Amino acid sequence: MKFFWEARKVILLAVLIYLVLKAVFGFQLLSQYIEQITLFSFIVILTSLGLNVIYGYTGQFSLGHAAFYGIGAYVSAYLSKSLGVDGILGFMPVLFLSGVGAGLVGYLIGIPILRLRDDFLAIATLGFGTLVRVILDNSDRFSEVLGGSRGFVGIPRITNLELAFFVTVFLILVTRNIIFSRFGLFWRCVKNDELASQGIGINTSRMKLMAFSYGCFLAGIGGALYAHLYTFLHPSNFDILKSIDFLIIVIVGGMGSIVGTIYAGLIWVGFIEGLRIVLPAEMLDLRWVFIPLFLIALMMWRPYGLIRKGG
Amino acid sequence: MKALAIEGLEKGFGGVRAVDGISFSVEEGETVGIIGPNGAGKTTVFNLITGFYRPDRGKILFYDKNIAHLPPHKLPRLGIARTFQNLRLFGKLTVFENVLSAVLVRGGYNLLSAVFRSTDYFVTESKAEEKARKLIEFFNLTGKEDQAAENLPYGEQRRLELARALALEPKLLLVDEPGAGMNPIEIQGLVQTMNEVKRRFSLTIVIIEHQMGLVMNISDKIVVMDFGEKIAEGTPEQVKKDKKVIEAYLGEEPL
Ligand SMILES: Nc1ncnc2c1ncn2[C@@H]1O[C@H](COP(=O)(O)OP(=O)(O)O)[C@@H](O)[C@H]1O
Ligand SMILES: [Mg+2]
Repeated sequence: MKFFWEARKVILLAVLIYLVLKAVFGFQLLSQYIEQITLFSFIVILTSLGLNVIYGYTGQFSLGHAAFYGIGAYVSAYLSKSLGVDGILGFMPVLFLSGVGAGLVGYLIGIPILRLRDDFLAIATLGFGTLVRVILDNSDRFSEVLGGSRGFVGIPRITNLELAFFVTVFLILVTRNIIFSRFGLFWRCVKNDELASQGIGINTSRMKLMAFSYGCFLAGIGGALYAHLYTFLHPSNFDILKSIDFLIIVIVGGMGSIVGTIYAGLIWVGFIEGLRIVLPAEMLDLRWVFIPLFLIALMMWRPYGLIRKGG
Repeated sequence: MKALAIEGLEKGFGGVRAVDGISFSVEEGETVGIIGPNGAGKTTVFNLITGFYRPDRGKILFYDKNIAHLPPHKLPRLGIARTFQNLRLFGKLTVFENVLSAVLVRGGYNLLSAVFRSTDYFVTESKAEEKARKLIEFFNLTGKEDQAAENLPYGEQRRLELARALALEPKLLLVDEPGAGMNPIEIQGLVQTMNEVKRRFSLTIVIIEHQMGLVMNISDKIVVMDFGEKIAEGTPEQVKKDKKVIEAYLGEEPL
């Protein structure tokens, strides 16, 4: 089991970061609000990393990533509420199941749609995202507790610094190990040239399905952490706009760059929430002017994302 | 022993009979050249053998096993590797990764070994890397391992594609116009490389080629195609004198 030994430097760094955060939040040097968005940024990083696996590494364009994030959120909220889970230990299996649930849905939906190419895949994932949104809007018809368009309320708050931080770090390491293995290599082959990949014996449908369901699994975990951080879910948190947020983070950070996704996730959350603090309330909507301007400037300056200078 | 036997193979696209009832066979260890004018159906034959197209009719026997309806990714495992007429490298991957990917397809560790970095992972990776290095050396690409494949000069991209195909340890190698777009000096080098490949890897080879110097030099037998049909078959000397062949090539480059 060389998992921890190989990653010792990253783990050491992570523990240091954790201790600093623990001290800062423990002594209440920063507001609760800052703590909340810090945890949220980990969730965003984890979920975006899932999309990076799908799109950045394997080249499968998805406009429906937030749907899988939403599935994870609703599954975990439903499970923990109906099972009466309120502690971290009891929550671990719920967390895992939420990831698996989102991954499984990704797998099933992936079988028909991953055959499609680029633009058709975009439409299909967009359609799926819309479908999930509609189902969530009407979820109270299946079970009152899901809340439908009024939102899912009263979810226990379980996500804390330890859970959000270490789950994210652990899954980043797992993802890194897959990326730097034959599977990650095959994903990149598929992205480069599907026919050539088949020509050397790669089962491309299987590799695409694997990347897609793994990416959805990460989104599901992210969603579950989100549900138990904010304790309230609304279908509008999981619509196409949210999918585009994740897409922007992947592109800004750099397609196929784990470190890039981490930076971009932090910057994204910092930027949006930071502007919320800086700008007066009546000018809050100006964020949606600044952000596109920032993105245009960035794409002109660094078309391959923050980290890489070239293709 | 017959490595490959094609029997009555047919494939049409709309009104075009791209391959119109072709039969020929390839003995184990033999090198067979396929020549013919543009559009004769040569590449289509390769695409049929490697599962990229499904035949309308006919059989493709690889060591007596009918492989006509297998999906493309199953063929390397059986021992068939190919190159593409229009070069299909993994352009953004490095030279090393292009070869390594083909080595690692053949086998190795599962997902859990990858995630938890078991011994299995390290052993397989280091063996694969060594094998990839050797192939890169054989094809004179040492020193370029970390370059993106798309940044190599054309001739080297061709060699890299051959290296990648041989990384699959095939019994049968299908090469589609390796000399296309090469100058005479590069062709000379390619003839040498192909002869070394034959000696070193004990392969059965089918090669489609327009460069007569190349194909006549390395082939034991030539199959000539025109309009989807076989119009002649024989040793390079026999084929050069064949009337139908000369006719088919009339107006094209002389033999
Ligand atoms: N995928 C395809 N769709 C339609 N027509 C095709 C396809 N592949 C090949 N053809 C046609 O089949 C004929 C033979 O093509 P090809 O096998 O590429 O010839 P060659 O390799 O001998 O130059 C040509 O007329 C070509 O246009
Ligand atoms: Mg051709």
